[in-house]
Amino acid sequence: MKIVVASGKGGTGKTTVSVNLALVLGNCTLVDCDVEEPNCALFLGDMKVHQDVILMEPAFDLDRCTYCKECADFCHYHAIAVIPPESLLFFRELCHPCGGCAIVCQHQAIGESPRMIGDIRRGEFGGVTLYDGQLKIGEPLAVPLIRKLNALDDGDGVFIYDSPPGTSCPVVETLQGADYAVLVTEPTPFGLHDLKLAVDVVKNAGLPLGVIINRDGVGDDGVERFCEEQDIEILLRIPESRQIAELYSSGNCLVQDMPDLARSLRAVYTRIQEVVG
Amino acid sequence: MKLCISAQGTDLEAMVDPRFGRCAWFLMIDTETASVEAIENAGVSSPGGAGVGAAQLVAEKGCKAVITGNLGPKAHATLAAAGIKAYGFEGKAKDALEAFTNGKLVRLNGPSKESHSGGKW
Repeated sequence: MKIVVASGKGGTGKTTVSVNLALVLGNCTLVDCDVEEPNCALFLGDMKVHQDVILMEPAFDLDRCTYCKECADFCHYHAIAVIPPESLLFFRELCHPCGGCAIVCQHQAIGESPRMIGDIRRGEFGGVTLYDGQLKIGEPLAVPLIRKLNALDDGDGVFIYDSPPGTSCPVVETLQGADYAVLVTEPTPFGLHDLKLAVDVVKNAGLPLGVIINRDGVGDDGVERFCEEQDIEILLRIPESRQIAELYSSGNCLVQDMPDLARSLRAVYTRIQEVVG
Repeated sequence: MKLCISAQGTDLEAMVDPRFGRCAWFLMIDTETASVEAIENAGVSSPGGAGVGAAQLVAEKGCKAVITGNLGPKAHATLAAAGIKAYGFEGKAKDALEAFTNGKLVRLNGPSKESHSGGKW
């Protein structure tokens, strides 16, 4: 079973929920897909590099190039500009390495060369196996790395995927193959605004979903009313609490010190199991 | 000589569009015949590389100069590769054309904006 913890708005508590849910379940795999700043490991411990992630990008043989522009016309993202008679520009940061330019070139002037975009790390913490992706600084594309993280789900056991924030491509990729989405939000107008966007994405993906309200007690009742109107299940309310803030900010997990929260998270998982069936 | 003005409308009464890659219209102007061809910019909704696409179009149309508001680094590099000179102007397209004809426009010698790709502004 694959459960994705997502949010829309950043900083609502995705990682807190993901890490603590994994710890109460034990015997599961936690995958941190926030590859621009993976931070599950901050709460769990040391990680070792598991595999490098390589992308193939076009390599141009200008001796063979006739500057016919087939490649530039094909490229949807304008990563290649061809100015006859003899200028070819390649904008690496626009390339979504699809390999299409090499296929349409009739002069064998485009090959492929490997580029390392980041790595996947692994760590064992009791029964929890944590993988995370680290995108190299300056790399523009998170999706290919997240795709590799998605491939770790072999369908055997429970996989919890901690999503990046937002509702764009990296989140959509993280949701691929999921059985259930947990949306973590805060009860504020900002939290509600981005929750609505995230609900749209998850519904588009055709997935069942539930909401966890973090820092319950601050803000207003907008999120509660929205969930009621939309018939969205609120799985859990985590109260605004100084104890949580102190544990979090000293890099500790919550469930060892908060047995009530541990019980609640176990109940959340039981509920997800019922829904997924 | 052919020249391209990024514009918010389809004729010389329109304002110069401050954006190049994501402008509304390209006005392709032949300075000898004073003819104006307006081309709607398909790059407005491009997922990325709008500036590069615009620069390629301008090069394909045989333009020797571009008048716009701002240029990003990739559009600038593409125009430079094509030997197309870029000039900055704020105001109506017809005034831009007149200033160009009188040699009063200021060259954009480098990118005047950072890259927007990836949603940066």
